[in-house]
Amino acid sequence: MEVDVLVVGAGPAGLSAAAELRRLGAGRVLVADREAAPGGVPRHSWHTGYGLRDLRRIMTGPAYARALAAAAAAAGARIRPGTTVTGWELGESGAGGAPGPRLALTMTSACGAETVHAAAVLLATGCRERPRAARLVPGDRPAGVMTTGELQQRVYLNGERLAGRALVVGAEHVSFSAMTTLAHAGADVVALVTSSARQQSYAAFRLAAAARWRVPVWTSTAVRRIDARADGAGRGGPGARARLAGVQVADCRTGAARFVQCDWVVFTGDWIPDHELARAAGLDIDPGTRGPAIDAALATSAPGVFAAGNLVHAAETADVAALSGRHAARSIAAALRAARRSAGAGEGAVPDADASAAAGGGPEPGVRIPVRAEPPLLWISPNVIRPAARETLPPRGRFVLRAGEFRRLARLEVRQDGRLLARSRPVRLIPARPVHLGAGWLPRVDPSGGPVSVFAP
Amino acid sequence: MPRTGPETVIYDVAVIGAGVVGTAIARTLARYELGCALIDASPDVGTGTSKANTAILHTGFDAKPGSLESRLLARGSVLLRDYAAAAGIPVERTGALLVAWTAGQLAALPGIAQNARKNGYLAVRELGAAALYEREPRLGPGALGALEIPDESVICPWTTPLAFAAEAAGAGARLLLDTKVTGAEHADGPCVLATTRGPVRSRWVVNAAGLGSDVVDRMFGGDGFTIRPRRGELIVFDKFARRLLRSILLPVPAARTKGVLVAPTVYGNVLLGPTAEDVGDRGDVATTAAGLGSLLGAGRRILPELAAEEVTATYAGLRAATEHSDYQIHVDAGRRYACAAGIRSTGLSASLGIAEHVVCGLAEAGLPLRPRAVPPAIPVMPYIGEAGPRPYRDAERIAADPAYGEIACHCERVTRGEIRDALAGPLPPTDLDGLRRRTRALNGRCQGFYCAATVSRLFAEFRGPRHGG
Ligand SMILES: Cc1cc2nc3c(=O)[nH]c(=O)nc-3n(C[C@H](O)[C@H](O)[C@H](O)COP(=O)(O)OP(=O)(O)OC[C@H]3O[C@@H](n4cnc5c(N)ncnc54)[C@H](O)[C@@H]3O)c2cc1C
Ligand SMILES: Cc1cc2nc3c(=O)[nH]c(=O)nc-3n(C[C@H](O)[C@H](O)[C@H](O)COP(=O)(O)OP(=O)(O)OC[C@H]3O[C@@H](n4cnc5c(N)ncnc54)[C@H](O)[C@@H]3O)c2cc1C
Repeated sequence: MEVDVLVVGAGPAGLSAAAELRRLGAGRVLVADREAAPGGVPRHSWHTGYGLRDLRRIMTGPAYARALAAAAAAAGARIRPGTTVTGWELGESGAGGAPGPRLALTMTSACGAETVHAAAVLLATGCRERPRAARLVPGDRPAGVMTTGELQQRVYLNGERLAGRALVVGAEHVSFSAMTTLAHAGADVVALVTSSARQQSYAAFRLAAAARWRVPVWTSTAVRRIDARADGAGRGGPGARARLAGVQVADCRTGAARFVQCDWVVFTGDWIPDHELARAAGLDIDPGTRGPAIDAALATSAPGVFAAGNLVHAAETADVAALSGRHAARSIAAALRAARRSAGAGEGAVPDADASAAAGGGPEPGVRIPVRAEPPLLWISPNVIRPAARETLPPRGRFVLRAGEFRRLARLEVRQDGRLLARSRPVRLIPARPVHLGAGWLPRVDPSGGPVSVFAP
Repeated sequence: MPRTGPETVIYDVAVIGAGVVGTAIARTLARYELGCALIDASPDVGTGTSKANTAILHTGFDAKPGSLESRLLARGSVLLRDYAAAAGIPVERTGALLVAWTAGQLAALPGIAQNARKNGYLAVRELGAAALYEREPRLGPGALGALEIPDESVICPWTTPLAFAAEAAGAGARLLLDTKVTGAEHADGPCVLATTRGPVRSRWVVNAAGLGSDVVDRMFGGDGFTIRPRRGELIVFDKFARRLLRSILLPVPAARTKGVLVAPTVYGNVLLGPTAEDVGDRGDVATTAAGLGSLLGAGRRILPELAAEEVTATYAGLRAATEHSDYQIHVDAGRRYACAAGIRSTGLSASLGIAEHVVCGLAEAGLPLRPRAVPPAIPVMPYIGEAGPRPYRDAERIAADPAYGEIACHCERVTRGEIRDALAGPLPPTDLDGLRRRTRALNGRCQGFYCAATVSRLFAEFRGPRHGG
């Protein structure tokens, strides 16, 4: 199959990109999603709170998912659900692990195992929560331990009821979302636990939780161990998988431990991008976001391959992911136009994000300067500066960052080789909440200088 | 298979324990004209130690020369290699490198090579540091040399007992699952096993009860050994770590400290472990903060880049250690009873050797063995390894049956067709863990974030209304 742009992932980022690509005349746009229906995470996120910044309305997740899918389809994008993009077919020149000059990807669906050729690819594969094992929580391995993603699908897509007591690990937005889902499913939420000194959601969420469900947030509390029920068949011994008995929690300051009986534990937040295709292509990976390293145009290190949404900032709200998709669409459309122009002149059909910028001379195309978030900052997105395209601003005109610690008034500093490029106004740092940094300093970056670092001294 | 009323049949042989050892014995017995029962307390086969180990198909190069373990391991690993090829059990011959990190360990290598040769394993070879780093460039700094054991392999521990059990069942053996043996009466005539599902009568009894084998042995008058469970914790790393190594990286065994190994798995992950800790509780397969912490420390030294990769799973298994170092295998002709116990850390590799040895012992003790006119066929199992072809990549297969194109578990790329097949197979899973061991569904890096709801829906759908909720 031949398309102009293959969008991998029909979440808010992928669908918004597809609609924008069509509007900009990018040609044949195919959106592949491995789930049975398009929409990404909002499909199974039944509470309201979607669409504010992109559609300027507030709606439930499923309504938002439907609206984005309808808009992409109406714009002429082809959406194929039930279709998994399984990998890259590396061309001759792809020996180093990078996709060859003609982008070819393999897909599997009920229609078969096939190869798609595309002039450009947008990776919009989203992110997921790190499960209990990845967080190295020791103990038994009973049933009843899950993430919010699993919880929502069980409750909203399967219609499962969850009786008994539930504990939510985490105290950020998604944790409160898990709490409402548990309550909806019939469970009795005992508490939200966080090893952080404070909860990290908006006060409104916490107050609502306290008022409506009387759910306390246990701060400075760590989950130390998962216990299975000792009765009957079980603790991994003969028999079916044991049920959860409860968890041992400990006070992070005093070390005092106690046992909390519960039937469900939901691990929330602690996001990691779904970067399998990005890594399979050998794209440069940003050590902070752990998604593909991207410049302000959302171009990755491989020509023709772009990335957007929670794959490059795990996790922002859906509207932010959608706007990042639109932004990538504009970059892709520009790159395709430039490629078509130069194809008129000669070879090379793969759009290079540099092609448009390099046309006017200026700094070396291809030079990519990394931007690093220094502790207590965890990551920054975008995280590459391409001097050849310094006038390109990031999505929404600013960088987004995450911090690992609370700080009341921090002034972010941007430095290159020790030289101060910018100092921000005082900002508040709250783990799991976005921090923003303007892009006005981009022209001050020395094209032949070293990496740029962002500090919160 | 629902059972009605008390068992009235008299079996020729009842095998207690459907782990890899018990199923191997049942499968070996099934080649003869015998009525066999395979009994397990668990509702599925292979749910004991057989499901939670390091999954290495050992050559036995490091066994104690002259021991029963050495002999059965050498024989068993050859038999299993061939069996696996016929049955579609995933095996990868990665080879192993016994890596020396200290001068003392380096000095021990020639002795270990000598020991291997005494065990009849001749292909060991010493490698200098340069050759070692050429083979494994991502090995941590400071390795001084290694011993190469080219035939050490990794194998799928889940498909193995399932294949054995399927073969036995196909030849008419009766699987009595969810059935715990609680006592044995042996007057004249057949032995009557008391079980949680009523009496089971059999002329001969084989004890392959793993961690419960001493309890069963006592029912037959034995008192020669006691199981002292030794827990081993393991960490499974993300598939992204697979590119970090080619071979199994073994530690040089020392008298006191037992090092940990790093090994590829046939599913394309990397295993780090196991720890070794004596525990009192025969069911205690919990992981611990101390155990996982020590493994991560060791892993960082062996393969520093491991630290940057995600952990996909952690688990623990219990070795059925005893006060003896060797296997506890004997046949009591008077009681018409065989015991295959104390199979601590090599039972997967040795299973077919153990089975052959036990069946020969039974024959010598008087069990009549008449080969079947038509030997049972080796079943062809669904291939769940990473090295061979998987249905989701098979255009022809999808064209013939689109269910193989519908990926349900994304991380492991398990299709709806494979889940359907597992539930329609001769030994259908009874729960999601059983499905996991047959298909790999739910086993991947997301641990259910994306797929658990879908997979459990498909499980219920294909299991059919028979099973209700
Ligand atoms: C519990 C929860 C509650 C939330 N609540 C809110 C809220 O109230 N308001 C809000 O604004 N945001 C909320 N969010 C965040 C919001 O859902 C995400 O920001 C948004 O979905 C991100 O969009 P995305 O397109 O980047 O990724 P996703 O929505 O994750 O979409 C990625 C898509 O890619 C597909 N995909 C991945 N790999 C492949 C492949 N190889 N082949 C084919 N397809 C593939 C996936 O199937 C998926 O559909 C919530 C998130 C969660 C988990
Ligand atoms: C951490 C670890 C790593 C290992 N690594 C390897 C390796 O790399 N390679 C290798 O070859 N070996 C390895 N082993 C060893 C191997 O796993 C075991 O030797 C093997 O699985 C033993 O099989 P089994 O059938 O004897 O026991 P099990 O698998 O434990 O089976 C015994 C069965 O008996 C049943 N049972 C017990 N009592 C009763 C009763 N009263 N009534 C009915 N049923 C009963 C149980 O339910 C169980 O299913 C390892 C072991 C551990 C713990």
